[in-house]
Formats: sequence, structure tokens, C-alpha cells
Amino acid sequence: MLSETILEMKDISKSFPGVKALDCVDFKLRKGEIHALMGENGAGKSTLIKVITGVYEKDAGLITLQGEPIHFKAPQEAQNKGIGTVYQEIMLCPNLTVAENMFIGRSHSPFVNWKQMNEKAAQLLDSLGIPASPVQELASCSIAVQQMIAIARAVDMDCKILILDEPTSSLDEDEVHKLFALMRELKERGVGIIFITHFLEQVYEVSDMITVLRNGKLVGEYETTSLSQIELISKMLGNVLEDVTKLKKHEPIVSDTSIPVFEGKALSSSAGVRPFNFAIQKGEVNGFAGLLGSGRSESVRAIFAADKVTGGEVRMKGKRVKIKTPLHAIKHGIGYLPEDRKGDGIVEDLSVRDNIILTLQVLKGFFKPFSRKQAELFADEYIKKLNIKTPTSNTPIKSLSGGNQQKVILARWLLTNPEYLILDEPTRGIDVGTKVEIQKLVLNLASKGMSLTFISSEIEEMLRTCSRLIVMKDREIVGELRGTDLTENDVMNVIAQGGKNK
Amino acid sequence: MASVNVIKPKARLSNSNILFLIAAVIFVLMYLFAIITFPNSFLQFQTFFDLFNLNAPLIIMTLGLCIVMIGGGIDISIGSVTGLVTMACAVFLESRMGSIGGAILVALGIGIAFGILQGYLIAYLEIQPFIITLSGLFLAQGLLTTLHKDPINVTMPAFVSLRDFDIVIAWLGTRNRLGVFIPCEIKPGTLIFIVLLIILASLMKWSRFGRNVYAVGGNTHSAMMLGINVKRTIFITYVISGLTAGIAGFVYIMTTGAGNVGNAAGAEMKAIASAIIGGTLLNGGVGNLLGAPIGTLTLLIINELIRAAGVQSNWQAMVSGLLLYFFIVLQSVIMSLRDRRKFSIALPPWLRLSGKEQLGGQREQ
Repeated sequence: MLSETILEMKDISKSFPGVKALDCVDFKLRKGEIHALMGENGAGKSTLIKVITGVYEKDAGLITLQGEPIHFKAPQEAQNKGIGTVYQEIMLCPNLTVAENMFIGRSHSPFVNWKQMNEKAAQLLDSLGIPASPVQELASCSIAVQQMIAIARAVDMDCKILILDEPTSSLDEDEVHKLFALMRELKERGVGIIFITHFLEQVYEVSDMITVLRNGKLVGEYETTSLSQIELISKMLGNVLEDVTKLKKHEPIVSDTSIPVFEGKALSSSAGVRPFNFAIQKGEVNGFAGLLGSGRSESVRAIFAADKVTGGEVRMKGKRVKIKTPLHAIKHGIGYLPEDRKGDGIVEDLSVRDNIILTLQVLKGFFKPFSRKQAELFADEYIKKLNIKTPTSNTPIKSLSGGNQQKVILARWLLTNPEYLILDEPTRGIDVGTKVEIQKLVLNLASKGMSLTFISSEIEEMLRTCSRLIVMKDREIVGELRGTDLTENDVMNVIAQGGKNK
Repeated sequence: MASVNVIKPKARLSNSNILFLIAAVIFVLMYLFAIITFPNSFLQFQTFFDLFNLNAPLIIMTLGLCIVMIGGGIDISIGSVTGLVTMACAVFLESRMGSIGGAILVALGIGIAFGILQGYLIAYLEIQPFIITLSGLFLAQGLLTTLHKDPINVTMPAFVSLRDFDIVIAWLGTRNRLGVFIPCEIKPGTLIFIVLLIILASLMKWSRFGRNVYAVGGNTHSAMMLGINVKRTIFITYVISGLTAGIAGFVYIMTTGAGNVGNAAGAEMKAIASAIIGGTLLNGGVGNLLGAPIGTLTLLIINELIRAAGVQSNWQAMVSGLLLYFFIVLQSVIMSLRDRRKFSIALPPWLRLSGKEQLGGQREQ
């Protein structure tokens, strides 16, 4: 039997310019329930949370808290009504003591009563079983304990609903279990918990209910025990297997015994992927498949040394090389088109031309600049080749559409003529036409002998272009798929089973 | 509930306390060294008191600056504001309506006015504190020279007696070469400094405002999320710093008795150096007000030592500079060792290129 509902959201809609982030979504949270909110990137989880906590205002719909309609305009109001939120990033002050972090900003007295505050903090920490002393500096606590202190603060503010937005992403296994113990304790006390995570195993370990969102729409609400992992994954990804004309896949001509273009052994990086082996042949297109947060980006970033490389051995064409920084990687003929186009890729205020020649210029050395004529020649060649829609090569890149920006970065890498090119989500946020163009380009490049890694959140895209898929889950490689007639179901099966038969 | 907390985490000194401790130890070592090298000068109590008597304005300025720095800001206008206050007081005291009470009001008024103006621009309009207080520095300098260019010796009788007033400690003192007992003397400025130190140190430790300053300096974004009025907190730190600069100006003229264009020139840099030596981190959130006088005294003793050694005065500046290098590196080393982080010199937000993005670096997903 389900207990009393504390939070009910009905027909919630929220639009941003050009995007419908939430489209008539219903959500229900009951007393003493841990409710997992699941969905891929852009599914609307964060938007939903922000609508609850008053960061965003909803366009339409009704939210009721214990039967009473609510309408928050600021996060502070939500907090006062008993909705506590703990973010992935810990919102505490590291230089204050544990007790201060629990009570600062809440009292209206002009003075601080340290003795009373420490006593109250000790009581609360004790009752929740948090291993910290009120007087210690927060910075001296582990990340997990800091996370728990943030929760304790929320709990002490008489919270009825606790929202945990990816609290486990920077915790190790032991710490995650401590956090789960705390969550169960709160559940016993009747707190309703909304839990967001990308780790499927954690959802099954701790949650009672699952609500799945996809593309801003509600897919459904399920009891955790009655929804298998594979069903969950297919609901998150969507099972719409459109009958897209399959692009002709290119099989690498070389056999497995030949020397790979790139070979990494036990690679690991500071971003927290488990050490992995990876090799790619000449003319091969491979993909890293997995849900968001499974470690696919982290893996390719480790190959390119975009994060700090912490271990492993790299060979290029059989020769042992040292790749410790992206510059090493570029010099050894590796290119990387980052997932975060805005942050890592384009230089907004530079022209299309300058953005195109940027990496080649770095390779040549900054004190030997290209002549204007030479640069224009390069830029015009690729603007034509990749069909980049820009008024002139002198236009600032920020005035181009997302798809064209992406092509400019692609041109930048193609200009350096890499032997191995990594494309991390090159098709995200761009129009369908450009998506297909980019996929075609990938196959075209491979047929000319370039090795490529192609990553996309849309599995069909990878199925269409890659001859080999490496499947990842919870930051580990759990399987490898080969062949020309792979389906999405094959991938989902590997993800669902992966890590279980250990 | 009297239940026992089973897990007793290792008691660890906070960063504020450990830096304060280092500053204190270095000060004591320096003073011992001074005593050993120049026993007949540094063994006298009067030498110790004179450090305060002559430098109370600098120490008072440093107190206010420390609060600003703990909040993550900087105030480089304080030296000029202090200078302006001395001249304004001198002009006022020499005028026909001059009175000591009025001069105090003038001093406090100018200090607070600068504090309010700069605090408003920095906290509410979110302009870089370095730029704003640099402008304040120029503004105060300009006002000072506009007010009066030539030195003014204050001759007002009531003020002269205040200037020459000493508190004599009859039971403490030294015999001079002739065997005459000379009791120690303390200037009123020293007393003002002690009172201010007690008030401001208590404010930082036991008031809601004080703890909010630490929170804001530690992590501005978190402080906001924790429900602290960040803007108001930052605003008040600058008002306090302006106020202490005003008080410092009055103490200055009370000590020297003259308004001069060069009064307290460059004092803001000495104050910043003192604050850092005293254990206040440049990047905010860490510091102890008790460290402010200790930092100032350490800096002064080094200068005294060099002077006593009869070395040219340009060595003073050089040694002060080297010492500052040493302290900043030492602080960074200790911090990185404690947090097992890679060694890096911590920079305050106003020195970072992209401070804003780092604060709001929440990843949209």
C-alpha cells in the first residue's frame, strides 16, 4: 500500500526559447519514499527539480505540497516550506567548522553562541550517525561526510522533502553506502527523497519508485521492483527504432594481427575511469556506448590526455610514446573534438578563419604565424569541403549556428591531418541535416585510412557509423560489440547485464 | 542527549589558527634574535612599547584591512585615506572653530564616507575591489593636496597637550646609564589600538556578521546558498576598513602633531604585508585578527634590526620584500601539505582571470 502523498505535480510545462523543457509532466512523491528521477541528458530532470525549488517558474501546471497549492519564487521560499536540496557540488564553506556550516545563515541573533551551536550540532550528527565532530573544520572532512553534513543541515531545517541531485558522483563505493544508510534513516523518519543519479545499480539498491523522463515528457512512474534494468534503459533511451536508411558501413581492411594505430594499456585519468585497455586499427570507426555518466567521455579524454593521466602505457603504431598533455597527443597525430563545444572547443570572439587554423598554428609555433593569404586559403578550402554556412571566413564564430560551429572545429582538426580523430558527441544540439552530414564525413574519412572514435548519446547514430562498439557502464568497460547488424537492443542488453556477472 | 560520539576525528587546527601560530612563533623568534643581537636596546620595555606607540596607526589600519581580506577583498585606499584624515584634522584644528571632538568627527566621517562609497561600488555594483580602492587611493591623494600643500603644525593648546600626553607605568621601567629610573610610557594611540583589537577580534569570533565574513571569504557562492546576505556582508567589511583608516588618521596626527602631504604614504602596502605575515590569506576566508598586530610588529622588528645594525635603509625595503616572498611561499607550502594538494600559490578572486565562471561553474545537465 502506498502511503500519503506529500508532493504532487500535475501537467507541469516549462519552455525556454526554442525548447520545450517540460511538457505536461506529472510527478508524485509520497511520505517515506525514495524516488529516483531518471532520464538521459536533456530529459528535463534538472528543470523539474528547479521548478520544484523555485529556481524556475513553471509555465503551466499545479504543484501541491501536502494538499496545499504552492508557488515558489525563490529557493529560499522552498527551503522555508521544508524542501531541502543538496547539490552535486557541495554548497558549504570549507573554512568554517562543521557546526557553523550546519547553522550559519539561519539564525537572526546578532551573536554566535558557540557552545549551544556545537551541542546542537553534535546531537544532530550523532542521531544521523555522521562521523564528524562539530568543531572540526569542514575542509578536513571527506567529500562524503561533507555531503552528509549538507543533508544534515537540510534535515534540521525541518525538511519534508529532500532533493539529492547526483550526490554520489564524486563518492567512492564505501562512501556511497554510508550515504545510502543515511537516506534510509531519513526515509524511516518519513522524509520523501527525490534521488537523481546516473548510476543504475544505485537506483536499484536504494529507491522505491522510479519516474522516467525523456525529452521533457513523462514516460511513466514505476515501482523499482517491477521494472527490470533493461526495461528502464529502453524507457530512458526510447525504443523508437526509426527506419533510417542505413549508411553504408566501412569495414577496416586490416586484420586484427596488424599493429594498431593507437594502443593504450591500463589507461586511467584523474576523472575517475577504471583503468582500461583500448586499441584502434587504421581506417576503423569505433564508438563508446553507454548512458550518460558511464565514463565514455572520460575514457576518450584519457586517451587525449585532456584530464590528468594517472597511469597506463600508450603505443602509436607499435612505438611507445608519452602522452601527458593534449599537446603531446596532437603532436602524435591524435585529434579530439570535445563534448563541450562552448567551453573546450570554440574561441567565441575569433573569426571562423582563426578558429580553423588555431590548432595548426599551435603546432607550427606562435612565433611563426601563417600569412593572411595562407590562412584564408586553408579556411576557404574547408568552408567549401565541409559546406560551412558562414557569410565570410572573417565572421566571428559565435554568430554561426551550432551545427556550423561544430563543422568549424571539425575543420580545425582535419587541417592537422590526424591519424586518429576522436569525436565526442559531435552531433549534440545540431540539426538533423548536419547530423547526417557529419556521419557521412566520418565514414568518408575512415575510407581514406583515418581511424576515428565516434561518440553519441543517440545509439542509432553509432550503430550506423561504427564497426565496433565498446560498451561502458559505471565507469568501466563491460563489453564490446562487433558486426554490421547490431541493434539498440544488443547494446541495452550489454549495459543491463554488465557488471552483474562479476 | 549525553550519548558518546564514538568516532573522534583527529583534532586538527584550522587553517586560520595554524597560520596565526606560525606568525606568532616567528615573531617571538625574531624578538629573541633582536634581544640577543642588541640586548641593551631590545631588552628595554620602552623599546617594546615604542613599537606600538609609534606604529599604532599602521596596526589599526591593518585590523580593518584584515577583515576585508578575510571577506575575500582588498582595500589599498587605506593609506591615502589615513593621510587625508591627518591633513583634514590639521586644517580643521588650526581653523577658528577647531576642537578635538570635532576633529574626531572629521576623522571618522571621512573614513566612513570612503568606506560607504567603496563598499557600495564593490558589493552592490560588483566591481573589482582592486580597481575601486585604487581609485579611492587616487581620490584621497588628490583631496589631500587640494586641501593643503604645505605641512601644518597643529598649535592648538588643547591638542598639543593631548599629543604630549603619556600614560606612565610607574612600576615598569629601566635605569639609564646614570642610574636614574625611567618609567615606561604608553601613548593613547596604543590604548585605542588595544580597545579596537578587542572589539574587532570579538566581532569576528562571536558575532553573526564576523562568521558571515569568513563564510563569504571561504566560498561566496556557497555563502549565498546558505542564506547569507553576501552583498551586505561585503559592504560592511569596507565600511569597517574605512572607519579604521579614519581612526588611524586621527591617531597618526595625535602622535606626530602635524599634517603633511607625505603622511601615511604607502602605508596600505605595509598594512597588506603585515596582514599577510600575520596569517591572513590573500584569497580570503582565512585569518585571525590577533595576527594583525603580530604581523605588523614582525615587519617593524626587522626594520628596527636593520637600522640598529647600521645598514643602509634601502636594505630595509629589500629585506621586507624578501620576507614577504618567504611568507607567501611558506603559507602556500603549508596549505598544500595539509590538503595534500599540488603546490600552488593561491590567488584571490580579484586576481584571477575568470573568477566569475569558477564560482558559478555549475554544470547544466
